[in-house]
Amino acid sequence: MTTATIPGVGRVPRKYVPVLVTAVLFLVMFAAGGIRYEDFATGQIILNVFIDNAFLLVVAVGMTFVILTGGIDLSVGSVVALSTMVAATLLKHGWSPWLVILIVLLIGAVLGLGMGAIIHYFEIQPFIVTLAGMFLARGLCFTIDTESISIDNSTFVGFAQTRIDLGGEMWVSPSVLIAVAVVLVAAYILHYTRFGRNVYATGGSEQSALLMGLPVGRTKIAVYTISGFCSALGGMLLSFYMLSGYGLHAVGMELDAIAAVVIGGTLLTGGTGFLLGTVLGVLVLGLIQTIISFEGTLSSWWTRIFIGLLLFVFILLQRLFSARSRQ
Amino acid sequence: MAEPAPVLRMRGIGKEFPGVKALDGVDFRLLPGEVHALMGENGAGKSTLIKVLTGVYEIDAGTIELGGRQVAFASPLAAQHAGISTVYQEVNLCTNLSVAENIFIGREPRRFGRIQWGEMRRRADELLGRLEIDIDVSAALSSYSLAIQQMVAIARAVDIDAQVLILDEPTSSLDASEVAQLFRVMRQLKEQGIAILFVSHFLDQIYEIADRMTILRNGKLVGEHLTSELSQVELVGKMIGRELAELEQLEGRPPAREGAPLVEAVDLGRTGAIEPFTLTIHEGEVVGLAGLLGSGRTEAARLLFGADHAGSGSVKIGGEQVGLRTPRAAIRNKIAFCSENRRAEGLIPELTVRENIILALQAARGWTRPIPRRKQDELVDKYITALNIRPANPDQLIRNLSGGNQQKVMLARWLILEPRLLILDEPTRGIDVGAKAEIQRLVAELSDGGMAVLFISAELEEVLRLSHKVGVLRDRRLIAEIDNDEGLTTDALTETIASGAAT
Repeated sequence: MTTATIPGVGRVPRKYVPVLVTAVLFLVMFAAGGIRYEDFATGQIILNVFIDNAFLLVVAVGMTFVILTGGIDLSVGSVVALSTMVAATLLKHGWSPWLVILIVLLIGAVLGLGMGAIIHYFEIQPFIVTLAGMFLARGLCFTIDTESISIDNSTFVGFAQTRIDLGGEMWVSPSVLIAVAVVLVAAYILHYTRFGRNVYATGGSEQSALLMGLPVGRTKIAVYTISGFCSALGGMLLSFYMLSGYGLHAVGMELDAIAAVVIGGTLLTGGTGFLLGTVLGVLVLGLIQTIISFEGTLSSWWTRIFIGLLLFVFILLQRLFSARSRQ
Repeated sequence: MAEPAPVLRMRGIGKEFPGVKALDGVDFRLLPGEVHALMGENGAGKSTLIKVLTGVYEIDAGTIELGGRQVAFASPLAAQHAGISTVYQEVNLCTNLSVAENIFIGREPRRFGRIQWGEMRRRADELLGRLEIDIDVSAALSSYSLAIQQMVAIARAVDIDAQVLILDEPTSSLDASEVAQLFRVMRQLKEQGIAILFVSHFLDQIYEIADRMTILRNGKLVGEHLTSELSQVELVGKMIGRELAELEQLEGRPPAREGAPLVEAVDLGRTGAIEPFTLTIHEGEVVGLAGLLGSGRTEAARLLFGADHAGSGSVKIGGEQVGLRTPRAAIRNKIAFCSENRRAEGLIPELTVRENIILALQAARGWTRPIPRRKQDELVDKYITALNIRPANPDQLIRNLSGGNQQKVMLARWLILEPRLLILDEPTRGIDVGAKAEIQRLVAELSDGGMAVLFISAELEEVLRLSHKVGVLRDRRLIAEIDNDEGLTTDALTETIASGAAT
């Protein structure tokens, strides 16, 4: 079995190495922050990262499905924005909040389904199709309203302000619980269901998967549907967080999601990666922001610079691994 | 002993592609518990027959019976469900998944929709254990050799309760010990009553493993024989389509010629492509390479041109040791190579005749020193006339030319480099008779002018007509080097190819 020796850990299967690297990176960053800043090394800091990035985590989960099949979904940020916009508008007109959430989730899933169907049936690159979806969804936001619409519905405000106490002066928002639930369900699906394994097989080799008699087309359409659904759900979490709907919400979030997935060790070529890696990827991105805000003097654009550097490092790392496994 | 009833029977199978009758009234049967080889030269219809059987193509005529019932498969999947599994030359599995998953994906053991990983690994272990393969089934498939991957593919195939297992050239990228392992597995499956259809270009392997063989030629059935009742010489004769006695001696053999050794390859080889061979080519000499498809002819030529990296051995040119690590190095040493695959590896169909001809010379000069247009026109006109390229229009796009004229353009490209050794890989394949004769004449003329030529062709007559010396390849080994004198006939060559020894 292909293994790699890691000092102090012993031999681990090579497939877990990228995730481990990300985990180690996270711990190192956390420890460094704890040494450098007072009040940093607390559980609540990590929980805050979850609270501030719950929506990104949900979106990145959907993105993980897509990237595992070897595809890409550029539309997620725009679908998030569209979701906040639709929700805010419908709530303003006095619709029931639960019905609004249902409708928004449905819209996201249907958008994903449509893009997946176009990708599969017309054999067009996912990059192009989802790029078109990105423009479409973003444009639709501004046909609804060019201004930000605030949300004052009591259910949404409740979601935004509820604190769930975990004891020891630690708390999370309901959004975090939703995001964690999404991660657990998705991890189960990827690991313990036929659909999940088909996702990996499709990403490994679409041609082989076809010849092995796996439903490749259905799998591909399904992952874009899941990504669309997760984007809509991410949009809901973002509107709990922002309490507004706006066409300029979540600009560039698709890139953050992709970055999180890649930093989490999932190969862009598909077939390799874990959802745990994606969670760690989101945590690393969030922790960078936290550290920069603790630093105080650095502009928030330093976050981008660090993310950029990290991406380079991780892509090089992947390159090395795939080059070695080919031999 | 009475023969058991065939598990598969195909009667009068016909398949037509636009302009070609790929299969014409072919009968074929498979008995349970036998290894049945499907034999034939390239284009004989072997792969079409397999594709018809596995539902990739629909049949135009004839019937297929499986276990006594008439069947028609709409897709490979349908054939698989009916018990016909195929393992292709390139392993069609997902190397990113574990061994166990590759065997069971799509049919994973589940409870309440949840995959039972432990159960799956246990069953995979058991299944591979029965094939006497002891590996860690939870490891990724990519961590194992191609041979193991092939076994895993077979394990997957037989686990789908296969009655018929089709192995399409499974051995072409395996080494000797891996082939032995595969054969052991095949014998076991045979004992379990599975009918195995086996395709391979390696005659020795056929004679080692197959009980019975069906020979096809030009889409027609030549015959079905027990392996034990047909000698290798008879088999090759049937595949090529001539009884050996009928082969006539050819006239116009080239006169023997004495020249200084130009290229001396010593123990040149590459694992998996060709065993180390030693070959000397003299100035002005035409050396023919004969052998069946897949015998290593092209592989040998590619090593001499540096298109593939030689794993062992050395090459001397004009007595001096040279390293032919890249085609560029070979070109610097005045070696030119006309690929057999002129569409994929030679011509650029979107460029004109002039641009295609000038390409290699320009590459040799380097892109910073463009060839002046006047020089280009001069060269191109000269070779269009010399090789009689039609239409004689240097601005014509290559893709609009016939195959024969495309081949001449390829030749022209290399000839303007004035090579000392010209390697021609199947230069006359797929072109009409007239152009063929012209190219043959040209080869003779070039060799008269002192150029050495390595001539690769599947047509033995052609090889004999042109060559001073013939190298015979078989199973990726240079098995004989024969001077082309009065004693050598296509008959004798066929015998050598078939028996594996010079007579």
